[in-house]
Order: sequence, then C-alpha cells, then structure tokens
Amino acid sequence: MATAFPIASLQRVLRALFIPALALLAALLAGAIVMILSGDDPLAAYSGLFQGAFGDGKGWARTIRKTVPFILTGLSVALAFKVSLFNIGASGQFVIGSVFAVAVGVNFEGLPAFIHLPLALIAGIVGGMLWGAIPGFLKVYTGAHEVIVTIMLNYVASLFAGWTVYAGGTQGQTPGPLWDRTAGAISETQDVLASAQIPWLFGPPYRVHYGIFIALAAAILIWWLIFKTPLGFEMRTVGHNMRAASYAGIRVNFTIILTMALAGGLAGLAGGIETLGLNHKFAPEFGGAVGFDGITVALLGQTHPFGVLLAAFMFGALDGGAATMQFESGVPADIIQIIQALVLAFVAAPLIIRMIFRLRQQTQEEAASAVSTSWGGS
Amino acid sequence: MKNSPPVAVLQRIRSRYGTALLVALALVVMSIIVNMTPLKEQTWLRVLFGVSALNFTLRATVPLVLGALSGILCERSGIINIGIEGMMLAGAFGGFVAKTSTNHWPLVASLVFSVVVAMAIGGLMGAIHALFSIRFRMDQIISGTVIIILALGATSYLYNRDAIAEGKFSSIPIPGLAQIPVVGPVLFDNPPITYLALILVVVVHVGLFYTRWGLRTRAVGEHPRAADTVGINVNLYRYVNTTLGGMLAGLAGAFLVLEAVGQFQEGMTAGRGFISLAAMIFGNWTPFGALGAATLFGYTQALQNELLLAGVTQVPRQFISMLPYVVTIVAVSGLVGRVRPPAAEGKVYETEGSE
Repeated sequence: MATAFPIASLQRVLRALFIPALALLAALLAGAIVMILSGDDPLAAYSGLFQGAFGDGKGWARTIRKTVPFILTGLSVALAFKVSLFNIGASGQFVIGSVFAVAVGVNFEGLPAFIHLPLALIAGIVGGMLWGAIPGFLKVYTGAHEVIVTIMLNYVASLFAGWTVYAGGTQGQTPGPLWDRTAGAISETQDVLASAQIPWLFGPPYRVHYGIFIALAAAILIWWLIFKTPLGFEMRTVGHNMRAASYAGIRVNFTIILTMALAGGLAGLAGGIETLGLNHKFAPEFGGAVGFDGITVALLGQTHPFGVLLAAFMFGALDGGAATMQFESGVPADIIQIIQALVLAFVAAPLIIRMIFRLRQQTQEEAASAVSTSWGGS
Repeated sequence: MKNSPPVAVLQRIRSRYGTALLVALALVVMSIIVNMTPLKEQTWLRVLFGVSALNFTLRATVPLVLGALSGILCERSGIINIGIEGMMLAGAFGGFVAKTSTNHWPLVASLVFSVVVAMAIGGLMGAIHALFSIRFRMDQIISGTVIIILALGATSYLYNRDAIAEGKFSSIPIPGLAQIPVVGPVLFDNPPITYLALILVVVVHVGLFYTRWGLRTRAVGEHPRAADTVGINVNLYRYVNTTLGGMLAGLAGAFLVLEAVGQFQEGMTAGRGFISLAAMIFGNWTPFGALGAATLFGYTQALQNELLLAGVTQVPRQFISMLPYVVTIVAVSGLVGRVRPPAAEGKVYETEGSE
C-alpha cells in the first residue's frame, strides 16, 4: 500500500459510508414507528437489542457467530453484482454446501484433522460452486434469467437436502443416505467427526470458532480478486457493459459462469462453516435465510468486500440481539426482519434518504447498483 | 381467418401465446378422453388424468394464473415485478386479518369484505413498488426483493397465532353446466375466486388487446418516448398498472386464505409468486399463454399430490416435490429467443429536459 494514508482515499471511504449509515439510522427510526403503531416500546426493544448484541461476552460471541455466514453470503451476492448478476440463490448454495461438507465430515474416520477439515470445507465450496454454476450455465446457453433459476434452485436444494437426512416415512419410505440411524424419527445427520470440526476460538458457552478468520480471509481474497487481478478487471468490465467487454475480447460467457460458480462457492463455504464449526451436523431447519439476507448485506456494503464486512457485522448484531430483545421487551423478533427490509429499501434508493434527511442531490456517481434490467437475457 | 387449416391455427396460437397453452390443451383433451372411455380403468392413467388430478390442477392453477396476470399488467407497462410473492403474501395476510376480525358477520359478507381488504393490501404493495421504481428510481428487481422481505417480516411480526378464521368460500355449482360429465365437476363446480380468476384471464386479454387503455399500456411498455410524444402520461400508466397488478396478486393471496386453506400460515405462498413469474414468461406475456403455463405448473403440483396418494414410494417424496420447480427451470431455459419481454421493461422513464 501507499506510504501515508492519503486524505483523498479517506474522504472516499467516508463518502461511501455516508448513505449506508443514514440508511441504517432511517430504518431503525422507521422500525421504531412501526413498533409504536403496534403498541410496542421501541426504547425497551432497542436497549434489549443492544444488550443482546454487545451487553456481555456471550452477546459479543453471538454477534460474531452470526456475522460469519453473513460475511460469506454477502460476499457471494456482492461478487455476482460486480458482474451485473443477481444471485438470489445464496440460500440454496448455502444448503448444498452444508450437505456436501457434512457428507465428508461424517465419513473418512481416521483421517488426521489437517486433511479432513480442509477436505470437508472444500467439499462445501465445491457443492456451492456446482449449484451456483447451474444458473450461470443456463443464462449463458439458454438465456434463462438467473433470478428465476436461482430461486427455483433454492427450493430444489432444500428438498434435496431434506431427502439426504430424511428419517424415512411411516409407509416404509427409504431413509436418506446421510440420516443418523440413531436419531429415531428425527431427520438429521450424525455429528461430524471431531477431525472435521472447526476448533473453538472460545469454547462453550461462547461457541466462537475459527470460521471468523476464514470469512475475513475470504473477504480479503475477493477484494484482491476483484480489484487487483486481470480476471477481476474482466469481471468488472462485463458488469459495466457486456457488449463492450465482448468487443474487447473478454470471454463474457466464461466470466459469467465462473462468477456464478465462485459466488456459489462462497455461499457453499458459509454452509460448510456453519455445519463444521457451529452445528456439527445438518438438519433441514439449518436453512438458508442467511442466504436471502446476503442480498441486503451486499447492498448495504455497497457491493464492496470490506463494506460487506461492516454490513455483515451490523446484521450479525441485529440477529444476535434479536432473541434478547424479544425476551426482555416482549417485542417479536420478527421486527428485525422489517428493519432489515427497510435498510435494503433505503440503501437501494439513496433518493429516499436524501429526501428524509433533506440532503442536496449529489454527483452522478450516485447511480443505483446496476442489476441486469430485463428478463430477455442479453 | 376462416379458411386456415388446423395446423396453421395451432402455429398461430403457439407463436402468440407460447407452447405452454398447446401443451395444456393437449392435457385437457387427453384427460377428457381418459375419463369418458374405459381407459379410466387403468390405474396409472387415472393417476395422471383422473378428475381428482384435474380438480387439484385447477386449484393449484388459480393463484399462479392470478400472479401471472399481475406480472403481465406490470411488465406490459414497463415495470418488472419480482415482488409478486410478497404482494401475494401481504394480500393473504390482509385477508386473514379482515376475516378474523369479522368472524361475527354473516359468512358471505365477511368473506367478500376480506377479499376486498386482501386486494387493497396487495394494491398498496403494488403502489409502493411503483413508487420505489418510478419516483425513487430504485432498481426494479431490488425493489421487488424489498417488497418480498418486507412482506415476510411484516406478516410474521403482526401475525397473531391465536387468531382463527371461521369458514371459507364453498363451491357454487353452476346449474346445468355442472352436470356435464368430466368438464362439469372440474370447471363448473368451484368456489367463486376460481371462476373470477378464469373470467379475469379473458378480461385482461380483452383489456390489453382491444381497448384504448390496453393499447396505451403496451405503448408505454414498448416505447415510452413515443407514448409520451403523443400525450400519454407514461408514469401515470405505470403507477395505475402496477397497483392493479398488486391487487391481482392480493386476490391470489385471498384465494389461498379464504378459499383454499381457510387459515393463514407464515410464508404460505411458498414460491407461488415466483412460479407465476415463470408462467408469465412461459406464456409470452399474454393472459391466455399465462393460463396455459399456469395450468402446466399447476398440473405438476397436482401430479405430486396424486403420486403420493397413489402410494408411489419407489421415488422419494422429496424428488416428486421438486417437480414444479424443476419444470419451471426447464420451461424458462427452453425458451431461447422464443419469447420477448416488453422493450422498455426495467428502465426508468424521464421526460426530456428534466435534469
């Protein structure tokens, strides 16, 4: 990096943070209004939320624990955005990644941890990559819009995952291949072998594992990929103008498929880390709401890998504090979901923020994030 | 075109309304043949084409076709609407709340009131989507996503798990027509929203292709600048159509709560809004095409049900349940260059000279 931290780039960072911060503030205010209208106490709710997220060691642990998957699914969506692709499929990729990682994690007894754990994580990445590559492939070769395909694949993924751990039915249906035979009627896998578990950074009751470092490393890696490599340049060019990229000799089709595969791989890694680090098994309810939130995280982070880190941390805190908030103030934790949707709305439409806070219209760089516009393909 | 040979007619249908309508028609013909002849003794034919399968198909089709009509209204005027899922869910919830708070009213009055509320809530969501996309120039796909997440969050936040809706719409057999074998029990012995949905297909078709409003809507979606030049208020048309579309999605939600299930469940739309979108694309942005596509998707859902009822256990249940989603992917992928969305879709229209 440069010698001294240049003032200009600091200004740029601050300007980039400006709208997301106001969006978050506006969403919290709007959430408070919703609570007042439905007879809840916003002050009690927010203080419970803060207590739950940062009040004590356990609170911090919850926040960090929740932040990890948000970082990775946020990166997944953000990376796709850079190429003007909208990956709504992070939740399906997350689920498939979980299943693949667990499949390796419960098998191969006797492998040393330094081989078994990376192998299981790679399996998660590969599963997500395969699942992510399908919509990329279909977009390139059939023109099918990735939004519809990824959403449909989310349902297929959760059904597939449900089958792999299926306990068998009352009418003698065969149980799924990963089902834990000792679990009775419960559909879940057996515990991942110790050699494939991500070690604790702070053990129970804190339950923070080393996955946070994998997620941080992934953010740096993706930043490097997007901004410092020729491939990243090609991706951004395709994202700006597909036709121009094609004239410039960039392999547009290849870039699209690769980007979707990488995005899928990130979400798959998120699934792998959650199963190998936190849950130590897979059950259908460990699903992919996290994947859907990845969209909001990516946009709140202005689709920049480091922005995603901050946004994921905010979301981790919101989710980490939600249960305590409900417990202490009686406000249903679902209000968090409303706040998150409002964050998405405000951050995607800076005009609303400018109107609320009466700011002047800024330069043209304000342009909304460019997602592909129409269903018809290129 | 009185003299066109049948093949030419079929080709015209296909090029205008998409392949789905033809496949759906073939399905209907096939099931009439099976049910009217001794072929119905064959178990597997009965599973595939029996009256029960058809009934279930129609029930699964209604929310899909309403969702697809909603999408058609929005997209024909140039607004992409992936928020149908959210509008449907919000409508369903609105209908449920209205029903539970009017349980003491006479049943019909309470149900009709709830349908109106469901449509109003759906319309409100549509108006919000239009506001985001037009006034605040938000990316329309993201705006749709906001609608979905907002609807999911708001309905779970406000949902009172103790509330129970008492009663739902029951079938109204149409005298005379309901006695026709096979066709009668399937088509003419249904609850009201089902009839309404089928009528709306015709209404939207006529509205879109034979009225001034329809012509202007299509102009706004294809070439807003030209429409503006001849004095059409582009954004007004977009606001109105997106709101109307939201109302239709709300009606689909009302169908789920007030006619199909009778209660509200969190996330009960279960992807129907998204399958509607696929039906809209598959049906080439035409109401009849969408009806055909929705029937096809509805049929895959019915098939899933019939296979389970018939005790098919060789194939795991989860794989049978994947059918509607996989068929949707195949349908959307198999359409290379054969369908064309409205040209100005997804673009903000600004009059010349503004900024």
